[in-house]
Amino acid sequence: MTRDSRPATRDLVIVGGGPAGMAAAIAAHEAGVKDILLLERDQYLGGILNQCIHTGFGLHHFKEDLTGPEYADRFIKRIEALPEIEASLRSFVVKLTGDKVLTYLKPGTMEVVKAKALIMATGCRERTREMVHIAGTRPAGVYPAGLAQKMINIEGWLPGKEAVIVGSGDIGLIMARRFALEGAKVKAVIEVQKESRGLVRNVVQCLEDFAIPLYFRHRVARIMGKDRVEKVLIENVETKESFELTCDTVLISVGLIPENELIEMACVEIDSMTNSPVSKAVNLCSIPGIFVCGNSYKVYDLVDSVTRDSIKAGQMAADYLREPK
Amino acid sequence: MIRKMTCIDCPVGCQLEVEVEGGQVIKVTGNKCEKGLTYARQEVERPLRILTTTVLTSGLNVKMVPVRTNKPIPKDRLLAAMAAVRQVRLDHPVKVGETIVKDILNLDTDLIATREAF
Ligand SMILES: Cc1cc2nc3c(=O)[nH]c(=O)nc-3n(C[C@H](O)[C@H](O)[C@H](O)COP(=O)(O)OP(=O)(O)OC[C@H]3O[C@@H](n4cnc5c(N)ncnc54)[C@H](O)[C@@H]3O)c2cc1C
Repeated sequence: MTRDSRPATRDLVIVGGGPAGMAAAIAAHEAGVKDILLLERDQYLGGILNQCIHTGFGLHHFKEDLTGPEYADRFIKRIEALPEIEASLRSFVVKLTGDKVLTYLKPGTMEVVKAKALIMATGCRERTREMVHIAGTRPAGVYPAGLAQKMINIEGWLPGKEAVIVGSGDIGLIMARRFALEGAKVKAVIEVQKESRGLVRNVVQCLEDFAIPLYFRHRVARIMGKDRVEKVLIENVETKESFELTCDTVLISVGLIPENELIEMACVEIDSMTNSPVSKAVNLCSIPGIFVCGNSYKVYDLVDSVTRDSIKAGQMAADYLREPK
Repeated sequence: MIRKMTCIDCPVGCQLEVEVEGGQVIKVTGNKCEKGLTYARQEVERPLRILTTTVLTSGLNVKMVPVRTNKPIPKDRLLAAMAAVRQVRLDHPVKVGETIVKDILNLDTDLIATREAF
């Protein structure tokens, strides 16, 4: 904050340096915005892509089968080449007001900035065990699958030796293979629905390749263990028959929800069912000049679609800045 | 003999019916593009997969560098390749696409970095 306590003003501030924030920044720059501040709480750009080391990214946007980090790298390189985009890392936005004043923490300081236009690209977070209501004790060894992915792929630390995975969406399937490759045993993937929510491709290459059993119409009814997970009770939701599996780790992969606490704080209208902003058209929310893109707008399956729509967000912000006020 | 399989070349995941005789593919149906033919042939003769994993670093800005094989390798060699990767310590900066292990397990395939490290 400046001495006279009026915050510095920037034409465009973008919160989140994942694929959404990066695509929006580049697109806004191309559309003529030359004063852009990109705030990222992590020490790198790239967002969740840094931990998604498997292939399957970029088939639409680049017509290539890339890993997450490779996809991210292409955008990071472009951002680094544009001096008008100031990427501020380790910058954690903690407060937002309806007139687009942001407060963020950087190591050792607290900064305040006012945005003429604002793009929120804060991604999503994982649903947790609490949200799926699994009974039992509260031992260590129960992780959201994406968090386990981060532990293994970023921290280099395998959270367990015998895992049961709850939910057969793509993240659960990818993590089953990752555990198997790292030499852990995946006892089962448990899915309450009749079919996998993930791509058939992932069922084949992540489960069948490693002979990992997938149980449909089953649920984890109970997690047992004193300090650490010891076993789980698996129940057939139709017949109610059940059986136990010993394991030291339970990965929960039951979906994602948009991360929108900041705009909620600024009194943007949020749909309480989906946690997305109430919106007339893609990237819009109830406050003019605030745009929401990527997984914080809605949970996307493919990063390519995130890029496509976030480019639009960058252009929309540029148009907004040109409008007479 | 008819073998049913899912083409995993891309996320479309075509359901293939593959007519196999004496270990040879005679006919493929259900594929929406040419890749399905190649996939079916390969899957019958010797299934191949890209390996993606991480390599431990020392003295670099990231603890783990993600890597991939630059070509698919035989599925039955995945775990052997993992064991080989576990022996690697990366102690010099790499760019995306740079080779980390040349000709891993003599498979005529290189292990390449998918993220920059410095
Ligand atoms: C575990 C997982 C696996 C996936 N696998 C695939 C796949 O195989 N193929 C595919 O196409 N897609 C996949 N996806 C989807 C794809 O990765 C996402 O659609 C894409 O990364 C979303 O981009 P984003 O920029 O909206 O969010 P993110 O990548 O999550 O980026 C959000 C960024 O905002 C930052 N941020 C959040 N809050 C703040 C704050 N208050 N202050 C500062 N910075 C903040 C975060 O640190 C992060 O860097 C996967 C997603 C997940 C979660």
